[in-house]
Amino acid sequence: MNKQISYLQSINTALRECLKNDERIVVIGEDLRDPYGGAFKVTKGLSTQFPDRVLNTPISEASITGLATGLALRGFRPILEIMFGDFLTLCADQIINHASKFHWMYNQQVEVPLLIRTPMGGGRGYGPTHSQCMEKLFFGVPGLKIIAPSIYHNPGELLKNSLGAKEPTLFIEHKLSYPKILKLKNGDYAKGLSVKRSSDRFETVFISNCNFKNPDVTIISYGYMVEIAEELLLEMSDFEVNIDIVAPSLIKPVLTQEILNSLQSSGRLIIVEEGTLTNGWGAEISSLVAEKGFNYLKSPIKRVAALDLPIANTKTLEDEILPDKENIKQAILEVIE
Amino acid sequence: MKELKDLYKQMVLIRKFEEKLYELFSKDLLFGTIHACIGQEAVAVGIANALDKSCDIVVSNHRGHGHYIAFSNDVEGLMAEIMGKKTGVVAGRGGSQHLYNNNFYSNGVQGGMVPIANGMALAEKMKKTNAIVICFIGDGTLGQGVVYESMNISSLWSLPIIYVLENNIYAMSTNVKDAVAGDIIHRAKAFNIDAEKLEGNDIEALYRKLAVIVTKVRNSSKPYFMCIDTYRFCGHSKSDSCEYRSREEELSWRDKDPLSLVYAKLPKEMVKKVEKECIERIEGAFRKCQKDLYPVLKNE
Ligand SMILES: Cc1ncc(C[n+]2csc(CCOP(=O)(O)OP(=O)(O)O)c2C)c(N)n1
Ligand SMILES: [Mg+2]
Repeated sequence: MNKQISYLQSINTALRECLKNDERIVVIGEDLRDPYGGAFKVTKGLSTQFPDRVLNTPISEASITGLATGLALRGFRPILEIMFGDFLTLCADQIINHASKFHWMYNQQVEVPLLIRTPMGGGRGYGPTHSQCMEKLFFGVPGLKIIAPSIYHNPGELLKNSLGAKEPTLFIEHKLSYPKILKLKNGDYAKGLSVKRSSDRFETVFISNCNFKNPDVTIISYGYMVEIAEELLLEMSDFEVNIDIVAPSLIKPVLTQEILNSLQSSGRLIIVEEGTLTNGWGAEISSLVAEKGFNYLKSPIKRVAALDLPIANTKTLEDEILPDKENIKQAILEVIE
Repeated sequence: MKELKDLYKQMVLIRKFEEKLYELFSKDLLFGTIHACIGQEAVAVGIANALDKSCDIVVSNHRGHGHYIAFSNDVEGLMAEIMGKKTGVVAGRGGSQHLYNNNFYSNGVQGGMVPIANGMALAEKMKKTNAIVICFIGDGTLGQGVVYESMNISSLWSLPIIYVLENNIYAMSTNVKDAVAGDIIHRAKAFNIDAEKLEGNDIEALYRKLAVIVTKVRNSSKPYFMCIDTYRFCGHSKSDSCEYRSREEELSWRDKDPLSLVYAKLPKEMVKKVEKECIERIEGAFRKCQKDLYPVLKNE
């Protein structure tokens, strides 16, 4: 992959290819059609090329989630965009009590190949109801898979790999990642960092400043937070701590073994997520590690996450509330002490 | 057109089935709860017989035994499901209000299935199958916002769906007067959906009417809303003693029992025979289910 493409272009291209190659794909959401092309322009151009299968809907998140579920039950592969991830609260009953239940509840006699894409995250000054990482509310929902690509993943490929599943998938995009150029290299790159990838359908990316040899600290993170963790590693290149970053794209269910593999040599774990701290991804991972990797731990686990507050609009407060590089650095210093 | 005897037999089958469930509860042989449809059988039978069962879809709710039996005739699968057996339609996973079989789907969240029914109607329209979708709701379910989001969309997109509102006057203990403002029909008409109020206990008249409406929706591929007046003679769920309504009101509806309205029109011998056959079938299903195994996760 030598062509430089952005996170947004990768998803847009994948959607176009899916629509082209599979008649069962229907793209549904608010303001998706041209000339507008979606609130973040992810669906730009699609309705011009596929006018019958790119559908604009009224502002009815619950109803369109159900609509997409009905399409999925009857043989289509709907891709639903929820304009801002914050509004998943309005889809919650449809996702939890309907779409995610049907396959199991109806004794595996039906499939719900529904993909729900939505942009999450702060950093753009959109304030308390347009900046959250709501995926945390869905971490405990049986039957639901959650994918959250970073710029080190290939979001378009992940999107394609998410289609056609028996149960629904939440696909979490990050607003700040949309314009970024993907970093899809393998092996050594920039200032002594190396990268490798798992061969899973939903790949995990591993980034290391010690070529994965004798790490002192394991950082696990996803989405935009991987970017700031990697930036920190680049900035800290003369800093004498060996660090592995584990960045899964599949964030629910948690792939525990990947964490344990790195933790086995590092003995120290930092979990970085952009959602609020309490009852988050980090809480679940900490429990899993306590159950399955307790003996590897040389120091207490640290969680880096947003403060348990709404995300303020003004930049000074938003910066304080959301986790940043400095928070990760502090956590590193604490665990190696 | 179906013969009256046929329609009658289906109604009796549903009535006897529900009565059997009450008997089983009283003997402590069932677990959980049910929402029986005693008194509302004509709606289920009228709709199911107006449909093309080879392609049409029924989306039902918590009070769905009648819908299910009228549409699928699968007394045995439903009995096993309610008894929690492996042989149930969804192997004991769903129970009374979470059923699936072929083109029949039900779930237990009021109004939640309405947008899903829309999606199914859109799917059939895109596939050009000519199938239509029936979506059952109750009067109390008019309180759910998603119902209106969904009526708006089905009207805008011209979806082949019929919303069948069974107005049995109560949502649990709440009288429709205390929960629904204004005229129900106007709610659908506000979305430019053709809507009509129907009397729900006279199976002959209802069935004739429904057959016409089903054809109309199939041909026009446009949504339709009907508010069907009926009454449940039983409690809301297994242990409800109906303290919120008067015995006079109950008696006034007994005169309109969908079964008694028909049996005066049929030969006595026939009525007796039908009843006997239905009871035998239900007893047979029950005896068989008693021997069936319960599911276990480990064995999957
Ligand atoms: C969203 C939701 N709220 C509450 C309930 C509990 N509940 C089950 S049935 C029912 C009454 C429904 O009344 P109606 O829609 O009139 O249907 P009917 O029971 O009369 O057939 C209620 C409140 C539910 N199942 N779903
Ligand atoms: Mg009611």
